[in-house]
Amino acid sequence: MAASSSGYSRMLFSLRKYTNKSRSLYHIDTFNFVIRTIWTSGSKNQLKPKVRTKSLPQMVGVVGLEIHAQIQSTSKLFSGSHVRFLAPPNSLVSHFDASLPGTLPVLNRRCVEAAVLTGLALNCTINRKSLFDRKHYFYADMPAGYQITQQRLPIAVDGTLVYSHFEGHRRNQVVTKSVKIKQIQLEQDSGKSLHDIERSQTLIDLNRAGVGLMELVMEPEMCCGEEAAAAVRELQLILQALGTCQGNMAEGQLRVDANVSVHRPGEPLGVRTEVKNINSVRHLAKAIDYEIQRQMEVLQSGGTVLNETRAFDSKSGTIPMRDKEGLQDYRFMPEPNLPPLFVYESEASVPAGVDPTQAVVIDRLSTQLPELPSVRRMRLVETYGILREHSFTLVNEDGLMDYFESVVQMTKAEPRKVIGWVMNELMGNLNIQNLKVSQSPISPCALAELINLVESGHISSSTAKQVFQEMWKAPEKTVGQIVKEQNLWMINDKEELRKICQRVVDSHTEEVQIIRGGNKKVLNKLMGEVQRETKGRTDPVQVRAILQEMIS
Amino acid sequence: MFCKCAARASRALRRPAHPRCGVLKLSALSATVSPSRTSWSRWILKRESSNSAWDSKVPQVPSWEPINENQLPPATRVSPDLVDKLERLALVDFGSKEGVDCLEKAIRFADQLHVINTDGVDPMDSVLEDRDLYLRADTVTEGECAEELLQLAKNTVEEYFVAPPGNIPLPKREERSAMLKHTEF
Repeated sequence: MAASSSGYSRMLFSLRKYTNKSRSLYHIDTFNFVIRTIWTSGSKNQLKPKVRTKSLPQMVGVVGLEIHAQIQSTSKLFSGSHVRFLAPPNSLVSHFDASLPGTLPVLNRRCVEAAVLTGLALNCTINRKSLFDRKHYFYADMPAGYQITQQRLPIAVDGTLVYSHFEGHRRNQVVTKSVKIKQIQLEQDSGKSLHDIERSQTLIDLNRAGVGLMELVMEPEMCCGEEAAAAVRELQLILQALGTCQGNMAEGQLRVDANVSVHRPGEPLGVRTEVKNINSVRHLAKAIDYEIQRQMEVLQSGGTVLNETRAFDSKSGTIPMRDKEGLQDYRFMPEPNLPPLFVYESEASVPAGVDPTQAVVIDRLSTQLPELPSVRRMRLVETYGILREHSFTLVNEDGLMDYFESVVQMTKAEPRKVIGWVMNELMGNLNIQNLKVSQSPISPCALAELINLVESGHISSSTAKQVFQEMWKAPEKTVGQIVKEQNLWMINDKEELRKICQRVVDSHTEEVQIIRGGNKKVLNKLMGEVQRETKGRTDPVQVRAILQEMIS
Repeated sequence: MFCKCAARASRALRRPAHPRCGVLKLSALSATVSPSRTSWSRWILKRESSNSAWDSKVPQVPSWEPINENQLPPATRVSPDLVDKLERLALVDFGSKEGVDCLEKAIRFADQLHVINTDGVDPMDSVLEDRDLYLRADTVTEGECAEELLQLAKNTVEEYFVAPPGNIPLPKREERSAMLKHTEF
């Protein structure tokens, strides 16, 4: 059984690679329509497995993401109320946000610039002219009865998000993938509703109503939770680098809805379900994997997957949320209160009558683009010669890159050694205690000092690890203090070393015989003894040389 | 001393209907300086002469022609299911026979647009399409009026608005007709 299941996973892996190459699988507009690639019959036969397993091995998951990113601005998209996360309920609400009659929307310039910057960072085509529409549906947290969005002509279309994720046994093979972004549009956020089930009522807080959102619609090109999680992580880094969104999923600044379906490659896409209420990137991966599994089980047992909305619960996977009452008809209508939004390509293309402070110019914004994460990673690899996986960790963790760079500057050691310290010792300890880099008890200077001592031969590398742990517990002590207190200086005196080695050799005559007999590996045992006796304060290279000299 | 033509002039002044009232007022005032019949006719002449300088956009003679039924596409029938769906989407009650008739007549009226040739003409969705969209600077100018807004709601709990737990679904067709029987409509 084991052999066949490994065969199945290999098959699935190669199938996955196949589906990723077939790029022309896309949903037309929303629900069930699909155009698929032409699948050559030869390859289909090739992939047909001969193993008999309970589950049909050909089904793969198809994941498309819809991401709402809250624009980081001082005021809302169409009104002048403040945007803040925690505030007394309904205190950041203007007359327009409460949809009082007679109020009109006035577009915020910062939100337009944020959308254009994001579009440029994701290689989108920025539409010179974009239009606003109304999307009608009734819900208590949207007092107007409609949401102003951009459906016909959004501000940016046709982009790509390039992301990488780790594969292989030791997660050290970096695989780069990309997902197409169908469009980026500006839209309003709705208010927040707190459900009070006991009293059978909902409490509405409109502080969030009207805040600008960028909706990024991605093509369904991903196949599993891991890929989706990697893509979202990369997007978070990009948005944080641009400053257009803080990307904090827990605070609701980045909301991801996953559209999941399963099918066999070559067949039309299956019925999709929408998974909502995902609060972190880890939950996203879990939710998608659970949903793919659930749908596969439903189909294998002969059932059909319903087109519904499911909520993610960390304990029980996905649970059905509400029935999509047939097809929800949003009755899209052009927003009559807003003329078309024009974005100009360069200063020269701004027409004469337009106020220069009013014009949004793409060239000017593209000069303001900061260093994107992918560029930063390449720079780290090239400048410091570190491995690509390490550059990912450096850029992923907040503040780690600055930490690393400051340590490298303060020490003469090779960056590769520094990265070892940073990855294993620093990150290891931070992860155990669930701390952020900014909360690390060991400052870059202290770590640099420690590394310098190792480099100069004053302490051995194993001692240094001990010292590191001591420093972690007592950050107020300097490196020198700790080494002196515990007498951890390296024993460099040749005589001293000889004496210790002689002692060990004398007390282990058996092992010496074995080594003389030809088994060199037992030497390591003797070396271990020396290290133990000296509490690791010796240089392994020297000890080895002395022992070999003594024995032979 | 209130003479007849002055009285007539003042009556003219009181007539608020005409948008050019202001202009008329002034000319009437200047005309009533000399209270004689000739000034009244002079006033009427002045009005007519100012009329010709100002061309009305409203055609003086009706210019539309009725459109033949066979030029229009087939009449749309609104099925009861569609009526239900529209009522749910728009929250407008028109389930009665008169309501559906009214809707079908309205659709028929709009069908006349099919006669017009719109090749090469972009649809207009806003009369503001020539205007520049004003972009506001990103500063805080509104908010902090919670009490004012909460006063407008019937039901509030500790500065939150209160709403029912979910959308209350509309009653089914059979129940609805039973309900409507008891109302004035």
